[in-house]
Amino acid sequence: MTARSYLRKGGFYLLVGVIVLQAVFPFYYAILTSLESGQAIFDVNYLPHVIDLSNYRAAFANGVFGHQILNSVFVATLVVVLSMLLAVTASYALARVPFKGRALLLLTVLSVSMFPQIAVLSGLFEVIRMMGLFNSLWSLIFSYMIFTLPFTVWVLTTFMRKLPSEIEEAAIMDGAPPLVIIRRIFLPLLWPAMVTTGLLAFIHAWNEFLFALTFLSTDGQRTVPVAIALISGRSEFEIPWGNIMAASVIVTLPLVVLVLVFQRKIVSGLTAGAVKG
Amino acid sequence: MATVDLRNISKNFGTVEVLKDVSLSIEKGEFVAFVGPSGCGKSTLLRLIAGLEEITSGDLMIEGERVNDVLPAKRGVSMVFQSYALYPHMSVYENMAFGLEQAKLSKDETARRIAEAAQMLQIEGLLERKPKALSGGQRQRVAIGRAITRQPRLFLFDEPLSNLDAALRGETRVEIARLHDRLAETTMIYVTHDQVEAMTLADRIVVLNKGRVEQIGEPLELYERPASRFVAGFIGSPKMNFLTGDAARQHGAATLGVRPEDLTLSAEQGLWSGKIALTEALGSDTFIHVDTPLSDKSIVARVSPRERFRHGMPVYLTPAPERLHRFDEAGAPVRG
Amino acid sequence: MAPQSGLARQRTRSAWAFLAPMLFVLAAVALYPLLRTIWFGFTDASLTSFSSARFVGFRNYLEWLDYGDGNGEWLGLLVDGRWWSAVWNTVRFTLVSVTLETVFGMIIALVLNQKFAGRAVVRAAVLIPWAIPTVVSAKMWGWMLHDQFGIINDILMRIGLLSAPVAWTASPDTAMAAVMMVDIWKTTPFMALLILAGLQMIPDDIYEAARLDGVGPVRTFRRITLPLVLPAVLVAVVFRALDALRVFDIVYVLTPNSPETRTMSVFARENLFDYDKFAYGSAASTLLFLIIAMITIGFIYATRMDLSGNRE
Repeated sequence: MTARSYLRKGGFYLLVGVIVLQAVFPFYYAILTSLESGQAIFDVNYLPHVIDLSNYRAAFANGVFGHQILNSVFVATLVVVLSMLLAVTASYALARVPFKGRALLLLTVLSVSMFPQIAVLSGLFEVIRMMGLFNSLWSLIFSYMIFTLPFTVWVLTTFMRKLPSEIEEAAIMDGAPPLVIIRRIFLPLLWPAMVTTGLLAFIHAWNEFLFALTFLSTDGQRTVPVAIALISGRSEFEIPWGNIMAASVIVTLPLVVLVLVFQRKIVSGLTAGAVKG
Repeated sequence: MATVDLRNISKNFGTVEVLKDVSLSIEKGEFVAFVGPSGCGKSTLLRLIAGLEEITSGDLMIEGERVNDVLPAKRGVSMVFQSYALYPHMSVYENMAFGLEQAKLSKDETARRIAEAAQMLQIEGLLERKPKALSGGQRQRVAIGRAITRQPRLFLFDEPLSNLDAALRGETRVEIARLHDRLAETTMIYVTHDQVEAMTLADRIVVLNKGRVEQIGEPLELYERPASRFVAGFIGSPKMNFLTGDAARQHGAATLGVRPEDLTLSAEQGLWSGKIALTEALGSDTFIHVDTPLSDKSIVARVSPRERFRHGMPVYLTPAPERLHRFDEAGAPVRG
Repeated sequence: MAPQSGLARQRTRSAWAFLAPMLFVLAAVALYPLLRTIWFGFTDASLTSFSSARFVGFRNYLEWLDYGDGNGEWLGLLVDGRWWSAVWNTVRFTLVSVTLETVFGMIIALVLNQKFAGRAVVRAAVLIPWAIPTVVSAKMWGWMLHDQFGIINDILMRIGLLSAPVAWTASPDTAMAAVMMVDIWKTTPFMALLILAGLQMIPDDIYEAARLDGVGPVRTFRRITLPLVLPAVLVAVVFRALDALRVFDIVYVLTPNSPETRTMSVFARENLFDYDKFAYGSAASTLLFLIIAMITIGFIYATRMDLSGNRE
């Protein structure tokens, strides 16, 4: 190899190193900080020299944080399940039954995902108060549909379109009505797509902040993003960074693991949704 | 009463007329083939009978009942698809049982029918397998089995052999012929672009061209007495030779047709002279392509494999006079 | 037209039955609230009294307040300096973030498009910023950008780029930069993935042909890669831009109460809930919606026109 290509390769790997470092370091540092407490936090260091789990113990000490994690799990799971239920049948109609106005309808559904959340906030606030759902987790399960429904409908429609029509015709010849076709023939074939979509919707719901901030008013009801944003110390100047980092790590680690495990599916789901068919 | 009666069936896709005023009757137990080139409308016609497409105008009668608006499953019709269309996540047994489940048949009756069909098609050992573990020929038989279990009065085949390789095609063709014998009461409609399949399997053939019926008749009838130039050129392999211009006019037609097997080739004498352009030795026959001034295309003649002809040799072709086909400008046969 | 056959009828009926529940929920959670928000913008509603809100016309947007002594002034959203600075903040944020995210995303995508040892690990690592919840990112970076104990200041001072610690999130000069940086850090993986998908659709033979023709890497990129990947990039850019215009979470958590980073969404929310100017906030929300809607429609129109204009 010539000197020039050594330089090239070296430069390339340097770039790779920079990319990986910038991606991974912040989270690493958060973990580092979470494992320190008291005065140790305020000494700047880049490598771990203590492993102190007191921040983690404190996070779960009064049970509120644990409860908030459960809140998030509850909301995200239910939102995904309900969205899927509504979206599967809707996307069958949009993908496989030609009817007038179909393209326009799909475009309209998709455009809802373009709504700025703030634009529906005041209207939703009124609706939720009217339904008596203020400070209830159901307010979130309801309002999160505004982004999970268009997304799941769009992605599932894209995948449904690709299913072979001869199999559907065979089922029609066999006498299966549309609901049976969806349940017995298409659903088993769509399973991987549904896992991907569900995962992406789950992550989105888990991360949501604005609605959770606005519609929930007591700590016991809050979800994790709001809880972390509101962690405060006894005074203006005593921000408990150790606690904040510990809470952040607790909440993020499962997500990071999920994303790493399912990365292939997630990537294909994201690109299927965004690269317009 | 005919099993299937098509009365003035037309089909449009938007402004495109795909089928124009098609009428025909099919009797119980008949095996009828729809043949024609790509785009002639044969598959569309089949799908209309199946109920997968809407009929634009005309009436479709099955055993005397008008079924234009009847759901496919309620027409007593089963279909075998070109790509088999087996449900990939279900076993062979479940594939064959699915239609019966939808018809709310009892488990026992379902099992009985599947066992019977499996035995007929020799797929008993495959019942627990999934389609991806089957060979092409096996998948084809499962597809047929799935159609049989529903005990339809009408069996539809949509180019079932197209996806098989040549050797398998021959074997499966024989199996389908045997099936027709076993299920003598079941009417079968078979769509194909391969006229050899049609000729060997069908009781009657319907030749379609550009959405119209060109001719309906028994295979040999189509072969001996084609009703149009199109049918003459479509049926028979290798294709019939056509001559226009003076040679045709001399025989009182706009187009003259003669089959390769009705030509005699001689080095010494004959009616038309030409030079050998190509020889194809198939073993059982040899086909000689002769370039003549009578036509832009070479004339193909069949000769015995034992005779030896060389490229470039000047030769003479003589048609058997009673085997000449004459067509006028419109393509209609000239009699007399 | 011929009457529909049994099958077509059955399927069309089912289709509408399948769509109805989804459409109903969407109408309830999106359409109705949007209309209410727009309505509130034309009233004097407050947090405590929705039902007694009265129609006041365009007052929230623009009105002339007459002092009665021959003087008066214009009031309302359209002459509110804070609103316009919020608009400007949002536009600035969008332009810089999306541009840099696209550039960095392109670089990362090009890197990931090469085959090299450990590529799978790199791809996984690159996804991590995307996986971290926005709020958590804001807190993590808030800690790293801390003026006294943050490591960013520490590193920059050690290598001599800084002589004194900077209060990144608190100082007016740097607050927006901090917000942009965190957003770019978090969203670049998404852009990189979309661009990578576009890159992977380019067949390998094209690159081989270029190599055989002796085309250097820079020219290959400029003349071959870029034009072919541009459609995917454009779609990604538009999606990202529409997202960036709506930004809320990062700003609210990283730099709360900062005039330099107050975006339109933050402005609206402050008015809605913090200052009890519910109607005013609704009007601001409506304006933001209109801006996004116009850009979206413009984009759809542009791509449609492109499709029909280029139809051969």
